[in-house]
Amino acid sequence: MPVSDIAVQDAPAANLTERVVNDFSIRVATVNGSGSQTANLVLLRSIFRMGIPVSGKNLFPSNIAGLPTWFTIRASKDGYVARRATIDLLVAMNPETAREDVLSLEPDAVVVYDEPLKLDELRDDLTFYPVPFDKLVAGILRDAKLRRLVRNMIYDGVLANLLQIDRQQMDAALEKQLGSKPRAMALNRSALDVGYDYAAEHLEKRDPLVLEPMDKTDGLILVEGNAAAAVGAMMAGVTVVTWYPITPSSSLCETLIDYLQKYRLDPETGKATFAVVQAEDEIAALGMALGAGWAGARSMTSTSGPGVSLMGEFSGLGYYAEVPAVIFDIQRVGPSTGLPTRTAQGDVLTTAFLSHGDTRHLMLFPASVEECYGMAIEAFDLAERFQTPVFVMSDLDLGMNTWMSKAFEYPKKPLDRGKVLDRETLDRIGRFGRYRDVDGDGIPYRSIPGDDMPAFFCRGSGHNEWAQYSERPDDYKANVDRLARKFETARNWLPEPVVEINRKASIGIVAYGTTHWAIVESRDQLLAEADLQTSYYRVCAYPFRDALESFIERYDRVYVVEQNRDAQMLSLMKLDVRPELANRLRSVLHYSGDPIDARTVTDSILIQEGYRVEKAGAQTIRLPHTSGVGGE
Amino acid sequence: MASVTPSNPRIKVNRIGLDSKQYRGTKTTLCAGCGHNAISERIIGACYEMGVDPGRVVKLSGIGCSSKSPAYFLGSAHGFNAVHGRMPSVGTGALLANHKLIAIGVSGDGDTGAIGIGQFVHLMRRNLPIIYIIEDNGCYGLTKGQFSPTADLGSTLKTGVVNDLPPIDTCALAVELGATFVARSFSGDKKQLTAILKAALSHRGTAMLDVLSPCVTFNDHEGSTKSYSHVKEHDDPLEEISFVPFFEDISVDYEPGTTQAVPLHDGSTLYLKKLEEEYDALDKVRALQVLNETRRRGEFATGIIYVEPDRDDFLTMLNLVDEPLAALPQKRVRPPRGALKEIMKSLR
Repeated sequence: MPVSDIAVQDAPAANLTERVVNDFSIRVATVNGSGSQTANLVLLRSIFRMGIPVSGKNLFPSNIAGLPTWFTIRASKDGYVARRATIDLLVAMNPETAREDVLSLEPDAVVVYDEPLKLDELRDDLTFYPVPFDKLVAGILRDAKLRRLVRNMIYDGVLANLLQIDRQQMDAALEKQLGSKPRAMALNRSALDVGYDYAAEHLEKRDPLVLEPMDKTDGLILVEGNAAAAVGAMMAGVTVVTWYPITPSSSLCETLIDYLQKYRLDPETGKATFAVVQAEDEIAALGMALGAGWAGARSMTSTSGPGVSLMGEFSGLGYYAEVPAVIFDIQRVGPSTGLPTRTAQGDVLTTAFLSHGDTRHLMLFPASVEECYGMAIEAFDLAERFQTPVFVMSDLDLGMNTWMSKAFEYPKKPLDRGKVLDRETLDRIGRFGRYRDVDGDGIPYRSIPGDDMPAFFCRGSGHNEWAQYSERPDDYKANVDRLARKFETARNWLPEPVVEINRKASIGIVAYGTTHWAIVESRDQLLAEADLQTSYYRVCAYPFRDALESFIERYDRVYVVEQNRDAQMLSLMKLDVRPELANRLRSVLHYSGDPIDARTVTDSILIQEGYRVEKAGAQTIRLPHTSGVGGE
Repeated sequence: MASVTPSNPRIKVNRIGLDSKQYRGTKTTLCAGCGHNAISERIIGACYEMGVDPGRVVKLSGIGCSSKSPAYFLGSAHGFNAVHGRMPSVGTGALLANHKLIAIGVSGDGDTGAIGIGQFVHLMRRNLPIIYIIEDNGCYGLTKGQFSPTADLGSTLKTGVVNDLPPIDTCALAVELGATFVARSFSGDKKQLTAILKAALSHRGTAMLDVLSPCVTFNDHEGSTKSYSHVKEHDDPLEEISFVPFFEDISVDYEPGTTQAVPLHDGSTLYLKKLEEEYDALDKVRALQVLNETRRRGEFATGIIYVEPDRDDFLTMLNLVDEPLAALPQKRVRPPRGALKEIMKSLR
C-alpha cells in the first residue's frame, strides 16, 4: 500500500490577491446570554438567503449567562455542512477567551475584534480589523442595558461590508428574526448600519474572504432537528406528549407545544386534540407515555442520556408487555452528567438493550433534519405496528443546530395503527389471546381499554399467550421466542439503509446519524488526496438489515465511523454479523464533544490504510475494535 | 358497554343489568385471610351497587401483594400491573389517552410510601381523577415481611427487629399535597369501606383511600400496630357515612345538624354523619389536626377525612376534546397540507 505524504499536505497559503469565495468558516466568540444568538442567526440567514449553502453550529456552555460561547458558520459553495475544524474568520467579542481564540487560529486567518482588547499585538501572521463596539453602540443608544443587547448586531454590519453580504438580504433576515418587535427591529437595524458604515469608512479590505450570491438554496428551509422532529410528531398525529426538561432535548417538546397549540385545536370547539404533561421526572414521563400507549394514544416523550438511563425499567416493561411509545433521545456527552451541551452518539449500546433481561429495542437514526421529520412520523407507525417502544436516536448537533433542508413533504401514507382488534378480526381468529401469534410474524393483536373488545391484563410479570399470569418455563420461553420473532419481522420493516456502492472502491465506510455529513466530505477528500475510492453504507435503523452483511462481504476493510469512545455501533454489528465478517470492521472514532469533522475521518482512514504515518506524539487509545495503522 | 340480559330472572342485577358475579375476577393467590382480599370484595360490591360498567374501568397497580389484587376483581375490565411504585404515571397516561375511563389504582404501603413516594406526591398534586387505594399493612409481604415506611415507630418484626423510624401518614401527606378526597378505612369494616368506595367512585378528582389491611402472615402479631386486634381496638371512626348515588332516591333520613351533605360532581350526595359534633370534612386544617391527634393517641381516624369537591381535576384543566384522544381519527390529528405549507414558509 502506498505510503505518501504529498497528497495530504495542506494547500499552500492563500495568495492574498486570490479571492476565497463562498468557502470558509466564521467563528463568533461571545459571552453566553449577551444576545449574540440573534446576531448569529441573522448572519447565518443572510448567507442562506444569498443562495450560498451554509450551516451553523452553536458551541455553548451549560450556563444561563456569563460563560463563553462560540457560534460557527460555515459557508460552502460545495454544500458541505459538517463542522470544519479550521476557522478562517474570527469575531472576537469575549475578552475572556479572545487571547486563546486568536492563538488557536491557523496562519492567514482574519480577526474582527473589539478594539480595546488589542489583539493585533498577539500575532503578526493574521489580518486584524479592530472595531470600537462600545463607542459605536453609544452613538445609537443611551440605555446601557439595551446597548449590551444590540452591540452584537454591529459585527453583522461590519461583516456585511467586509464579506460583501447583500444588505437587503440581511435586513430581510433581521426582519425574520425580530419582525414582530418593531422597536427591537429599529434598534438592531441602526446597529447594522453603524457597523456597516464604520467598516466602509475605516477598514481597508486586506483579506481574501468574499461571499457572492449563488442559487443553491432555492426552495430550501433552515431548521433545527428538534423543531423538525416536532413537526413530524405533530403530523404523525401524536396525542399524548409527556416529558421532563433536559438539554438538549427540551426544545423538541417546547416547539411541539407551540405547533400543537397552533394547529391541533379543534376548529369548532377550540379544545385540544392532544395532551401535554410535564412530568416529575423521566421515569414518570415514560410511564405516562406507556400508560397512554396502552390506552390507545399515539404517545411520546423526549429526553437525553441521563433520562434514558432513568427510563430503563419502564423500557423493559414496554418491550415485554408490548406497549407502544416513541422516545426521542437527543444524545449528548456522557457518562453521568458529562458535557450536557456537547454532542455525541453515546447511547447506542445502552438503548439497544435498555433494561434488564433479554430486551431489545427498535432504534431509528436520523442524519438530517428532513429525517428527523420523516422518522418521527415513521416512529409512531412502527411503535404501534410492533407494539413496542421505538427510540429515535438524534443528537445535540442535529437537534439544536440550524441545518438547511428541502422543504418537508406532506406524509404519503395514512397512519398505521397496527394490529388493533376489531369485531371482524375477532370473528376470524376466534378466541382473543393478547400474546397469541396468530399471523406467524410474532405480532399479536391488541385490544384497547374502552373499545368494547375483550379485555386483557397487561403485566410485566410472566404471562402466557392468553395474557394470564404464568411462571411455567414453556410459557416463558414461548413468549420471549415470539418477541424475538417479532424483532426479526421488524428487521425488514424498518427504514432501509442508504447504500452507495462504488465499483472501484477498495474500502467500505459505515456511519449513521450526524456523522453522515463528515463522511460526505471525507469521501471527497479521500478521493482528492489519495485517490482512495470508497463505498458507503449509512445505517438508518436497528435491528440491521441483511444488506449490512452483503456490504461488509464486499470489502476487506470496513470503517465504522461514529461519535463515541467505545465503538458502540461497531460492537452492535459484531453481535449481529457472521464472525468472519466482524473481523473486517475497523473504527474511526471522534468523541471530544465537538461535532465530527471530515478531516478527522480522512486522516484516520489514511493512517489506517497506510497512506500516512500517524503523527508523532499523537494520542491514540487502543481499544479492542480499533485496529492499528495498516499496510506498513 | 358490557351489559348482559340475565336469562335467570331470579338473579339480581344492578342498574346496568349485570349481576354481582360479573364483577368478580380470577381466584386470589394471596394468603387466606389477607385483608387485601376483603378489599377486593368491597370493590366488587361497590362497583356492582353503583352500576359501574367494567368495560370503562381500568385497574392499575404497581408491584407487591397489594398490586396483585386487581386481577381478583372486575375480570372483564382492562388491567395494567406496572412497575414498582410507578402506577400513578401509567394511570395518568391511560387517562390522558381516554378521559372517559374510570381508573382504580391499587398500591401498597411500600409501593406508595417508599419507591413510589415521588409519583404519589405528584399524583396528589395533579388531582387526576383516579381512585388510589393503598392496601396498607405496614410491611413488605411479598419479600417476606420487611418494614415499610408506614410501619409504626416501635413495631416489631417477627424476628424481633424494632422499627425505629417514624411512619409516613399517607392521609396527612395527601391532604397536604392537595388531594381532594382523602379517606382511611379498615379492610374488615365492610360497611364503612363500601360507603367510602362508592363515594370515591362519584368523586371527580383524586380519591386517596388508605385502607389498613393487616398482613396475616408477617404482621399480625402483638408487636404490630397493624394487626387485626390492634386495629379493631384503636379504630376511631370520624363519622358514619351514607352515600346516596344520583340514580337512586336521595334519602332524607338524617337529622339536620348531625349530617353533612357533600354534593359530588356527578349530582350524587355524600352524607357524613358526624360522631364528633364539630368534625367538618371540608376543613383542611381540621383534617390535619384530627390525623395528628389520633396518631398521638396511637389510634387511626377512619372515615372520609377531607373532601374538596369543587376543584377542577387534571383532565378538565387540559381542555381536551370530548372524544377520547385515543379514538380520534386521522383527519382530526394530522393537520392539513396547508398547515405544513405554512410551517415550511415560516422556515425559509
